[in-house]
Amino acid sequence: MTAAAKTVLSALEMGRTMARMAHEITEKNPDCSQIILAGIITRGVPLARRLADKIKTITGVDVPCGSLDITFYRDDIQSKGPDLNAGRTDISHDINGKTLILVDDVLFTGRSIRAAIDAVMDIGRPGRIQLAVLLDRGHRELPIRPDYIGKNIPTARGERVRVKLSETDGEDLATVVEGA
Amino acid sequence: MSNGILIQNGRVIDPSRGIDGILDVLVKDGVIAEVGKSLSASGAKTVDAEGLVVSPGFIDLHVHLREPGFEYKETIATGSMAAAAGGFTAICCMANTKPVNDNASVTRFILEKAAAVDGARVYPIGAITKGLKGEELAEIGEMKKAGVVALSDDGRCVMDARVLRHAMDYAAMFGLTIVEHCEDEHLVKGGIMNEGETSARLGIKGMPAVAEDVIARRDIDIAAYLKRPVHIAHISTRGAVESVRAAKALGTAVTCEVAPHHFTLTEKSLEAFDANYKMNPPLRTADDLAAMKEGLRDGTIDCIATDHAPHAKWEKELEIDQAPYGIVGLETSLGLSMLLVREGVVTLPRLVALLSTNPAKIFNLPGGTLKEGAPANICIFDSEKKWIVDPAEFVSLGKNTPFAGKELVGKNCLTIVGGRIVYNPSNL
Amino acid sequence: METVEKKFRGRHLLQIADLTADEIMGLLNTAYKFKDVSEREIKKVPTLRGKTIVNLFYEPSTRTRTSFEIAGKRLSADVINISTSSSSVTKGETFKDTVLNIAAMRPDAIVIRHGSPGAPAYAATIAGCSVINGGDGANAHPTQALLDLMTIHEKKGSVENLKVAIVGDILHSRVARSNINALKMFGADVTVCAPPTLLPHGVNALGVKVTHNIREAVADKDVVMMLRIQTERMQQGLFPSLREYSEHFCLSAKVLKSARPDVLIMHPGPINRGVEIASDVADGPYSLILSQVTHGVAMRMAVLYLLCGGAES
Repeated sequence: MTAAAKTVLSALEMGRTMARMAHEITEKNPDCSQIILAGIITRGVPLARRLADKIKTITGVDVPCGSLDITFYRDDIQSKGPDLNAGRTDISHDINGKTLILVDDVLFTGRSIRAAIDAVMDIGRPGRIQLAVLLDRGHRELPIRPDYIGKNIPTARGERVRVKLSETDGEDLATVVEGA
Repeated sequence: MSNGILIQNGRVIDPSRGIDGILDVLVKDGVIAEVGKSLSASGAKTVDAEGLVVSPGFIDLHVHLREPGFEYKETIATGSMAAAAGGFTAICCMANTKPVNDNASVTRFILEKAAAVDGARVYPIGAITKGLKGEELAEIGEMKKAGVVALSDDGRCVMDARVLRHAMDYAAMFGLTIVEHCEDEHLVKGGIMNEGETSARLGIKGMPAVAEDVIARRDIDIAAYLKRPVHIAHISTRGAVESVRAAKALGTAVTCEVAPHHFTLTEKSLEAFDANYKMNPPLRTADDLAAMKEGLRDGTIDCIATDHAPHAKWEKELEIDQAPYGIVGLETSLGLSMLLVREGVVTLPRLVALLSTNPAKIFNLPGGTLKEGAPANICIFDSEKKWIVDPAEFVSLGKNTPFAGKELVGKNCLTIVGGRIVYNPSNL
Repeated sequence: METVEKKFRGRHLLQIADLTADEIMGLLNTAYKFKDVSEREIKKVPTLRGKTIVNLFYEPSTRTRTSFEIAGKRLSADVINISTSSSSVTKGETFKDTVLNIAAMRPDAIVIRHGSPGAPAYAATIAGCSVINGGDGANAHPTQALLDLMTIHEKKGSVENLKVAIVGDILHSRVARSNINALKMFGADVTVCAPPTLLPHGVNALGVKVTHNIREAVADKDVVMMLRIQTERMQQGLFPSLREYSEHFCLSAKVLKSARPDVLIMHPGPINRGVEIASDVADGPYSLILSQVTHGVAMRMAVLYLLCGGAES
């Protein structure tokens, strides 16, 4: 049953993609001092960090960067059951009135982003929320549209998209695996 | 029935005469007419007892029939029928009814009710003290005349040793034995289960074994001093068994009984907080259980008595400290007691003695023998029969048993009381 | 007939042994996150939206009941409180009937505080929903042990090999029993200290060291847990007077000197100032008594989340 993994982003491509996204963020937000990056736990966190680093390289501005845990905001608790491994939401800066950019690795149904928006709203009232994702694989179930997309990848519903990051997985690589 | 009953080819066990063999028993005119090989009797109903044990009917010195006063738990009729189902032909009912059986009118009421039932004979035990209060002697002489066979404040201990002393002396005038519920009520106050490691872990208030030990010892000493008999009800501790053993060696007229749950279950059963394991005396430790078996083996323990204590279902569903003590026992006694035979603690003839011959002697009751001329009180049981305890099938109104769903081996098949078949579900 | 019992696939928390060590670590992790929630402006998450939690309390309790109530509300559950004074209990309804009647209203969890050991365990067999033991007689108080574990864990990082003394009425204490079970599960070394009359006969079954001397109990300890002494015990003849009890078993600043310099002082509350704990110790720098209360809410949120968060598999 082991299906072949198809590479959709190599390490090199991932680096270039992230750089482009950082540029797009700075273009869309001329005043970078108003930005706060919030990485959705788990892999959104290192991605947000990387974007912050690149924004700093481009603009010289230190963009605050935090982590957002959505465990308690999920809409599938009933079916999936409780998860005792919740991560820590750590956004130390005041988000009121700011542009908060949610960062995640893969955008799929949009349900995680819905949960993330709710989680953010319980922390404060940002001026606007934007969304940056490394991969958009389609199959949206909610009216959610990303502001920054690393790469659009057409997938079948049953396929699995796997993003590995050097911070969490030892290497940078995005693959698609056929569903079992 | 006038032509009698011929029980054929059963294993006849009569400990009163040392009989154990494949024999026939002929019952005529309410008495045992003959015990022998290949008997014949024209016109008699024949009962094929091949593969079964024919025994003098069991006698239970300790049951609670709840009537008068608690008829929702059990009645004299249902208790007597339940006893017959369990192989008992005689049961002695305790005085803790409402009103208490501490006067002749209550005794007569019980006997009148019992006379109307086609079950086991019912022998009332009178209270030692008025209202079971442990203060003034009940009307012992009048109760004796009305028909009590022994005296007990069971459920409560006679805490005042002076009262107990007078009771023993006074009862002796009427040939009645004092039956003591040995328990220092101060030491057990508010207790729910045996005090020990399990109660320490569960945080359940304990009833220490020493509460039974000290009273058993006290009662034996008083009995020895007065040279009067005393019968210790539902013995449950190693200490009490050892006191009885020592007293018997010295010739004291002490006898005792043990309930089947005290040689089959231990305090560990309480871990599930099920009130069906709550009894008084409480289930003790494995060591106490071993002491019960030693006492049964060496004769320190004279007989098995059920302490049949029926309660309504809802009462046992109360919180464990609110639920009443006790379990039913009449219909599981044989099955549980047969474990003693299977484990080699006692032989089958000795078990019959523990269930029948010995208890008859202790209270001087009719029965306990298959001697020609004796009342025909007989049970026929299958010592190998496997069955699952289902309280719904109990004749007793009380369904409160911790043995529900357990497999037991050994079941009564037929019961004859006074020459009449009162229980015969499979039409032998 | 479809019954609520058949649908129920959730679980209960009746005693510490109902949880594995891994689950307790997960509960700790989760409780820390809920502690963060409790420190926000908006102290609420939508996690248990639509769930109903009933607090069924047969004994007076401010702390535990309020703690469960706040915990449930911060998880967006609906929380209903029933105490003996306002229910049919006083009208003579049996415990079973009360539980069945509440169960018929289809709550997702019932928190039960009861004076009888095993009452929540019995309720769990008939309720058809999660039952959480909020303290039953002297048997168990698992959520208290969990919040105490969290309080120790937060300060010490680990519980393993910590030396813990529990001082006071061990005999009647569900807090002591549950704490002993939880602490031992994580490798702590537990000593209990009480007059012999306030220790259970068979105390060895608890697997703890025993002393009757508070100085000895406190010496070199990382954690000292004090228990409330009730005057009722005096009337039962278990000790002669509060004054004499206090003389031998009160945690004073002087006694505390023999403990480790970073000792943690805990008490499940309510405290009797000057009886089992000196006022300056209760208010002192080592005291975590209020921290325990804060953690109570966070840990009960974690427990409710574990038990009510998703019942259908």
